[in-house]
Amino acid sequence: MEAVAFWVLAVAAVGTGVAVFVVDSMARATFALLASFLCAGGELLLVGLRYLGVLVVLMMIMEMLVMAVFMVMYMMNPAGLMPMSMTHNRRGALAVAGGAFAALAAGILLVPWPERRGRPPRDPTVALGDAVMGSSMLVMMVIGVAILATMIATVVLATHRGRYDA
Amino acid sequence: MTLETFLLLAAALFCVGLYGALSQQSIVMLMMGIELMVNGVVVAAAGFWHWVSPGSADGQVLVLVAITVMALEMAMGFAVVTALFRARDVDMTDDAGDLRG
Repeated sequence: MEAVAFWVLAVAAVGTGVAVFVVDSMARATFALLASFLCAGGELLLVGLRYLGVLVVLMMIMEMLVMAVFMVMYMMNPAGLMPMSMTHNRRGALAVAGGAFAALAAGILLVPWPERRGRPPRDPTVALGDAVMGSSMLVMMVIGVAILATMIATVVLATHRGRYDA
Repeated sequence: MTLETFLLLAAALFCVGLYGALSQQSIVMLMMGIELMVNGVVVAAAGFWHWVSPGSADGQVLVLVAITVMALEMAMGFAVVTALFRARDVDMTDDAGDLRG
């Protein structure tokens, strides 16, 4: 049952991921990307990461809706009404991506992965909470500062005055 | 469902995103490619947590970091696009080649 769900979600995640760059409407591309993220969130739920899986699902829904707004602002080809190519150097990109996948797949199949150490805690969410408020607190502090820096930087960049005026 | 199949899924997502990031002309589509790549990292980190060291929470923390990177990358990306569009009316990567070597 789990294996079936894994394969269905995996094929759907990659399929909708490919669809992002194949469909000719950017709105459809946004929702294909959302579907891909939802499938990835489902995979997280399958390995027992309930909190992180739901976090990915909720966050990606919001993020893709925000993305849809920006998509309308900076759209090259609204609703696919004007058939046009939105790509450059397609063959080179395909070669690089294919080569990268071949290298990664070879590594994945050839590397002797370490044995599983330990067992999943009864509640992974509690373990994560303990970690970010204990041994991994530095990570959370750096994330917090990074988020603050991003908020300031985005406002500075996006104001009408711009970055270069006095 | 093994570590290998999980990592293969992550690699496939990463490479689809890589193709998009390299081939798209629209900056918005390019950022979608980068998001897909980070998505692959999220899946790989979850796989490593479950099959290599479920006893420690480090894998989960890595997933949390990757999700944050995704959100920050999108916020910064759109701010840069907005600044670029305001200054020069540019929404395509080909017109923003100032740093071309």
